[in-house]
Amino acid sequence: MNWRAQAMSLFLLGLVRVLTGAQARWHGCPPKAEQRIYFANHQSHADLVLIWAALPEELRSITRPIAALDYWSATPFKRWITTAVFNAVYVARERQGDEDPLQPLINALSSGDSLILFPEGTRGFEEDPQPFKSGLYNLAQRFPEVVLVPTWIHNVQRVMPKGEVVPVPVLCSVTFGEPLALGAEETRADFLHRARTAVIGLRDV
Amino acid sequence: MTQFLRALSPDEQVSLLFVLLFGLLLLASGVAVLFSLRERQQPSRTGKPSQPGDLAVRLHVAQLSLRDAWVMAVVFWIGWALGSGMAIALFGLVSFFILREFISLSPTRRGDHRSLVLAFFVVLPLQYALVWTQHFNLFTVFIPVYVFLAIPVVSALGNDPQRFLERNAKLQWGIMVCVYGLSHVPALLLLNFPRFAGREAFLVFFLVAVVQICMLVQHLASRRLSQPVAPDISASFHWRSWGWGLLAGGLSGALLAGFTPFTPLPALALALVACAAGSLGHLVMKAIKRDRGVTHWGSAGRSVTGASGLLDRVDALCFAAPVFFHSVRWTFNL
Repeated sequence: MNWRAQAMSLFLLGLVRVLTGAQARWHGCPPKAEQRIYFANHQSHADLVLIWAALPEELRSITRPIAALDYWSATPFKRWITTAVFNAVYVARERQGDEDPLQPLINALSSGDSLILFPEGTRGFEEDPQPFKSGLYNLAQRFPEVVLVPTWIHNVQRVMPKGEVVPVPVLCSVTFGEPLALGAEETRADFLHRARTAVIGLRDV
Repeated sequence: MTQFLRALSPDEQVSLLFVLLFGLLLLASGVAVLFSLRERQQPSRTGKPSQPGDLAVRLHVAQLSLRDAWVMAVVFWIGWALGSGMAIALFGLVSFFILREFISLSPTRRGDHRSLVLAFFVVLPLQYALVWTQHFNLFTVFIPVYVFLAIPVVSALGNDPQRFLERNAKLQWGIMVCVYGLSHVPALLLLNFPRFAGREAFLVFFLVAVVQICMLVQHLASRRLSQPVAPDISASFHWRSWGWGLLAGGLSGALLAGFTPFTPLPALALALVACAAGSLGHLVMKAIKRDRGVTHWGSAGRSVTGASGLLDRVDALCFAAPVFFHSVRWTFNL
C-alpha cells in the first residue's frame, strides 16, 4: 500500500469510528485468520466500509470486499478507493456475454483471500433482507473448505440512506455469527434459505 | 490552612485541586484492585466453585464508574491545562458522543436525515462557537428559539408525515439535553466574576462536585429503602433518599464556598438548586430510557449499539448546568 492509500485508510477508519463506533461483536466464532466468506445484509454503500472497519487489522489485510463494478468504478476516485484502500474484487451485476460473473470471486478464493459478500445482490429497504442469490451456494459448493460466516450489520442504513451524501453519526455494530456448512444432500433453495435465516437470526442476539 | 490556600496564585490553587482529585481517584482505584484480589481468592479458601455473585457484579459496575471518573478527570485536566478554548472543544466532543447515543436509541426515519445532519454538524458546533465567543444572550436563546423552528421545517421538507410530532420531539429533546444543557458547563468558565479571574475552573468543579456528591449519596441512601415513588420508572428514587442527596450536595456546596466567589449561604442555595435540577433531570432521563426499553444508555441494556453509556454519567449535569448557570448569572447580575 502506498502512503496515499495508507493515509486514506487511516482517515476512513477514524471517520467510521467517530460516526458509528464500528463495533464488532463476535458471536459464535472468534476473529481468526482462516479463509472465510463473510456474508451480510446489504442496506447501504457504507456496509462495505463498516465491515472493513470492524474487522481487526490482521484480518482486514487478508479480507477483500466485493464491489459492484458499475457503481464502484464509475469515477476515478471510487475506482482508486476500492482498489488501493479496500483491495476489493469487482463483480458485474449484469451478466455480460458468456463470462461467469463469479469468476473474479473464484480467482480471489483460489489465491487464498477471504471475501465479504452481500448475497442479496442489491441494497434493500425493508427490515428483513431480500432472498439471497445463488452465488453464495455456488461458491460454497466449489470451495467446501472455506468457512462461511453469517454477518448482521446493524443500523447502518440510518447513517447514510440511499440518495444522501452527508453521513449522520449513529452507533452501528457488526455481528459475526456461527459458521455454516453446506450439507451433503442440501438443495440450493434450502441452503440459501438457511443462510438467510442465520443472518436474520443475528439481529436480536 | 485557609491562609495558605489564599496565598497561592489562582493557577496553583487549581493545580492543587487536580492533585487532590487524582489522589482520590488513585485511592479509589487501589481499593478496587484490592477488592478484586479478595474476590479471586475467596473460592480457593472455601473450596466452592466461584460464582459470579452479587458482589462481583457490583464490583464490575464500580470499576466501570471508576474508569469513567478517570476519563472525566483527565478530560477536565486537559481542558484546564490547554485553556478555555480547548475545554469548550472537549465539551463539544462529549456533546457529540452523547447525542450520538441518544439518537442511536431513538428510532428515526429516512425523512429525518437532513434534520440529523443539521443537529450534528450545524447546531452543535454553532452552539459551542457561541459559548466560545461569549455571546451569552444569543447562546441561551439560539436552540430554544431558532433551532426549535429550524428542525421541524427541515423535517417537513423531508416529506414524511408518519409520526412527525414524535420524531421531531425526540430530536428536539436530544438537542436540548445533549447540546444545550451540556454547553452550559463550559459557559461557566467565561463568567466574569469581579476579583475571580483565572479561577473560573473552580466554578465548573463546584457544579460537578456538588451534583456528583448528591447523586452518589442519593444512590447509597436508596439501597436500604423500599417502595420507590415511581416504581415503573426508577426502582431507586425515594423522596427520603432524594432529601439526603440534596442535603449532602448542599452542605458540600457550603463547604466548598471558599473556592468560589460565593459566601457559604448563597453557595448552599446554589448547590441545592443545582442538585435538585440534576437529580430530577436524572429521573426524567430514566423515564426516557424505560420508554425505549433499556435501563442504561450503554452496553448493559442493549449491546447492539455498542454505546459506552456516557450519557448515563453526564445526564444529571446536563439538567443541572443551565439552571445553575442562569441562577448564578441573575443572582450576581453578570
